[in-house]
Amino acid sequence: MTQAIAPPMTEAPPTRITRATLAKDLRLEWRSKDAINSMLFFALLVVVIFSFSFDPTAEESRRIAGGLVWVAFLFAAVVALNQTWARELRNQVLDAYRVSPAPANSLFLAKVLGNFIFVAVLEALMTPLFIVFYNLRAIGPAYQLLVVAGLGTWALVVNGTFFAAISLRTRSREIMLPLLLFPISIPALLAMVEATTSILTGEFSAKFWIVLLVAYDVVFTMASLFLFELVLHAE
Amino acid sequence: MKRAFPILAILTAGLLSYALYQALVVAPTDRLQGDVYRIIYYHVPSAWTMFTFFAINFVASIVYLIRRNLKADAVAVAAAEVGVVFNTVVLVTGPLWARPVWGIWWTWDIRLTSTLVLWLIYVSYLLLRRFSAGAQMPLLAAALAVFGALDMPLVYFSIWFFRTQHPQPVVGGGGSIDPKMLQVWMLNWLAFECFGLLVFWSRYRLEVVRREVEETQALESLLEVGNSR
Repeated sequence: MTQAIAPPMTEAPPTRITRATLAKDLRLEWRSKDAINSMLFFALLVVVIFSFSFDPTAEESRRIAGGLVWVAFLFAAVVALNQTWARELRNQVLDAYRVSPAPANSLFLAKVLGNFIFVAVLEALMTPLFIVFYNLRAIGPAYQLLVVAGLGTWALVVNGTFFAAISLRTRSREIMLPLLLFPISIPALLAMVEATTSILTGEFSAKFWIVLLVAYDVVFTMASLFLFELVLHAE
Repeated sequence: MKRAFPILAILTAGLLSYALYQALVVAPTDRLQGDVYRIIYYHVPSAWTMFTFFAINFVASIVYLIRRNLKADAVAVAAAEVGVVFNTVVLVTGPLWARPVWGIWWTWDIRLTSTLVLWLIYVSYLLLRRFSAGAQMPLLAAALAVFGALDMPLVYFSIWFFRTQHPQPVVGGGGSIDPKMLQVWMLNWLAFECFGLLVFWSRYRLEVVRREVEETQALESLLEVGNSR
């Protein structure tokens, strides 16, 4: 970053840039509701289609619900993630970010937090539906589901935001994002599904999977923060 | 360097045919499995060779991220392609052996599953290279390669735990190995590494030449535009 020219600018602290970008994204979403509406409808479709293609009993649905819920959320999250950077292409906003002295990571964190909020809202709205359709009741400690949901959503969203920035530079970018995101997310997905299943059935402890999710989140948050600036400025 | 290539090619051809003879004729037949076991001389050396080339891809990607050296990127793409080919060989020969010995084609065992995930990650890497064009592509690919390498320990641990929760499927007989078998095994490994290196080398040269051609064509079209004015 070179900004040594004449009048010394009072540089905005990184947290304020993050907050401003996040506020802008939330306001945009509040007015258009593009991402949340399409995610909700998409997840709803997945729930309905799965529900009558399997028609499970309560016992069976406890076993398969973990996988089902997360597959629905994963597919729905891709909808929001695809919009996260594409939205900045109009009017060359992304180019403006590139030339501005604002640190790239504050922008990245704002996007991750924004996507986290969108996907969390989706999960909060969809979970009651899952409970109704699949007649779910957790046998294990249900409060752990909140921990799993938080860590799992962060895992999807941090990598998803990073790969969305990569796939933005490719042809047919909407298809590219899941192709890059899903293989890397396999351990996180396995952890989310297994943790949810073990809490719902109460058969195993979810502890190992929660630790694995924490490790995954830490590793990939660090890696994204390390590499995002290079990806943003890649020419 | 140019003369080393045909020497390596001849060496590889000799080694491969000698190793083939050793594996199919000289090596003793397994007492339990019979002749089917001989596929191990191709399966396991392919797996080790695959790891060699994925490691080369990882190192080359790191070098590219630090130095922005285009040769490092050419090494990375050549290594990834050769690695994916050997990975595919592993994934195909595994079930061929498993069907008569275990009685099933496939099981979600730790090694099978992690090899499959590795294949998925590197295929997505090659897809990214195919779908993105321009000067930023090597950097994006290098970033993805780093993510893939970071992912592997997590993949391994997650599947390891996933499998220990569930009953183990039929496990192949372990135990000690005949010294002659081990010798043939190592010989095949060496032959496969040489073969991989040979393919990797030609792919690397192709990549370098391809880039030179592209640059020349770009320069020529620039000159033509300049002349027509």
